Amino acid sequence: MTQVLEYPALTLPNYPQPDARGRYAEFGGRYVPETLIPALQELERCYLEAKNDPRYLEELDYYLRDFVGRPSILYYARNLTEKLGGAKIYFKREDLNHTGAHKINNTIGQALLARRMGKKRIIAETGAGQHGVATATACALFGLECVVYMGAEDIRRQSLNVFRMKLLGATVIEVTSGTSTLKDATNEAIRDWVTNVRDSFYILGSVVGPHPYPAMVRDFQSVIGEEIKKQLLEREGREIPDAVVACVGGGSNAIGVFAPFAYLPAEIRPKLYGTEAAGDGVETGRHAASVNGGKIGVLHGSKMYLLFDENGQIIPAHSVSAGLDYPGIGPEHSFYAQAGIAEYVPVTDAQALEAFQSFTRTEGIIPALETAHAIAFVHELAPTMQPDQIIVVNLSGRGDKDVTEVMRLLEKVEGISH
Amino acid sequence: MPTTLTQNRIQSAFDQAKLEGRAAFIGYLPAGYPSHNEYLQHAKTLLEHVDLLEVGMPYSDPLGDGPTIQKAGEKALQNGATISSMFESVKVLRSSSEKPLVIMTYYNPILAWGEARFMDDCVASGVDGLILPDLPPDEADTLRPLALERNIKLTFLIAPTSTPERIEIVALACTGFVYAVSVTGVTGARATGALHEVPAMLERARMHTTLPIAVGFGVSNRESAQAVADVADGVVVGSAFINTLERGGDLGALALEIKQGTRKPS
Repeated sequence: MTQVLEYPALTLPNYPQPDARGRYAEFGGRYVPETLIPALQELERCYLEAKNDPRYLEELDYYLRDFVGRPSILYYARNLTEKLGGAKIYFKREDLNHTGAHKINNTIGQALLARRMGKKRIIAETGAGQHGVATATACALFGLECVVYMGAEDIRRQSLNVFRMKLLGATVIEVTSGTSTLKDATNEAIRDWVTNVRDSFYILGSVVGPHPYPAMVRDFQSVIGEEIKKQLLEREGREIPDAVVACVGGGSNAIGVFAPFAYLPAEIRPKLYGTEAAGDGVETGRHAASVNGGKIGVLHGSKMYLLFDENGQIIPAHSVSAGLDYPGIGPEHSFYAQAGIAEYVPVTDAQALEAFQSFTRTEGIIPALETAHAIAFVHELAPTMQPDQIIVVNLSGRGDKDVTEVMRLLEKVEGISH
Repeated sequence: MPTTLTQNRIQSAFDQAKLEGRAAFIGYLPAGYPSHNEYLQHAKTLLEHVDLLEVGMPYSDPLGDGPTIQKAGEKALQNGATISSMFESVKVLRSSSEKPLVIMTYYNPILAWGEARFMDDCVASGVDGLILPDLPPDEADTLRPLALERNIKLTFLIAPTSTPERIEIVALACTGFVYAVSVTGVTGARATGALHEVPAMLERARMHTTLPIAVGFGVSNRESAQAVADVADGVVVGSAFINTLERGGDLGALALEIKQGTRKPS
């Protein structure tokens, strides 16, 4: 076929894999009901086969280019660079992908895998709704039935995304158990999968969950960082920036920009910064900062840094951003944190809201509230660096979905003057 | 009392039921549900009828449980259920019963408490075994030696989706009894008649273990208990008890009714 020549296959990367049990040092694993173990073994087998099948890779490459719009732009933020007066700041524009965030890189990969495995029904969880929209989009494209679980609180915060999913033909199921947010939506998605495991494929949206999900989602998202290397080489004559910054909830956009650099020798590895949602502040207990405010625990099938009390009960996460409102951080990030490969810094709601507004005016780009956490930290980082140094920030998603919530929050803060 | 009885109350309970021509009757109730004191009353009622009591430690994110047990667990947690109060309950129950008491919970509470500390508290309060639905044997490498040293029995689960290889791994890892999940799904009372996959699963497991095998998920009345008792060594009932308590029904009467269903076909 001529198409094969027009779209030479990308190779999915071969970063270090977790061990046979799905572990990154002590993190990861498969802490799930036995019912799911055979399905996870099958998924692992099929994924590894697909990863080495040129036909699968050609398909993936085709849809990433012609449907998602890859490669995404690496944008030099001149205004912000001049304003902060330090390192040169580049933004990787994942917000310009079809559906407006990085999530689609993964859902296309997994939906193609589901189709290859003959599964016709797709299950997904969603927080901010971006993964739900990206999953519903892939399902519309490939003619798959789509069921998305979403917490009642997030449905309120992200009503626009709920409607988008419905337009795309997905069934959105409101989750009212527990705290009615992402972790509970994930519980419900797993319960659905346990029940319908024989004919359903679970498209997990982050680098969390039981093996092989964290490694598989990492591989799909690493297209972001691999593109950065090529683009930076063209623009700056070098592949490796001095610092990489990304926001972290479960950690899928961050792993996409970290993994291509994380396993480089320490001498040439860029500084990798993950910004955790610190909510009202880590010291207040109302936050979603799993590394800075958590301990090693098990949730949703994986051992990772996690927020829980002395009885092992999960402490509800808090963040202004629905996409970061998750009490854990994926096992590979947990490993990076423990091994000192990446540093995880807390950013509060207030800092993120400030960055959301100022960045919009400085660069003419409305970022997602999630991404605003990364941008807030860049304000601290860039001035400490030299003009010949380079920061790459993953602009993981666009902020259209957040404007009503931000409007509500700003009216609340500035209510007296109205 | 012969030492073997105190050493392995679980095996004795299954043996005794067998002698009486029954499958063992296993009841589950979350500790602290609906409140600490009411739980103790209900658990004592169940202990009059069951051969083995599963003491649930409520958990915030019980991904193996259906709505009935989720809501009961939430209620218990709201009313102050903690790991300490669960062990207190076990001590009280142990002081008046020699029936096996097995804790059923998820792995994170045990990690949070400390695996060795949790096991020590099991011994001190008179717990006989543990069932952890989100801890397959592959992930039990740290817990298993701690349990073995203290003679705390471990029960792992097999499911209708389990391959022959998985059934062998699980059956060999169990030290108390084997728990076979009757359907693909979460816990909860269901209509009867979904047991067609169970006999083959049990037959496969029996190739690898002589331990008793109990079947759970979905048993809610005498008929469904009878269907399980026809093929298994034990019948597990949980959600049906909670549903009855939520309705203000008679727990003892339901337990008695289900127990009649555990009689083996002669």
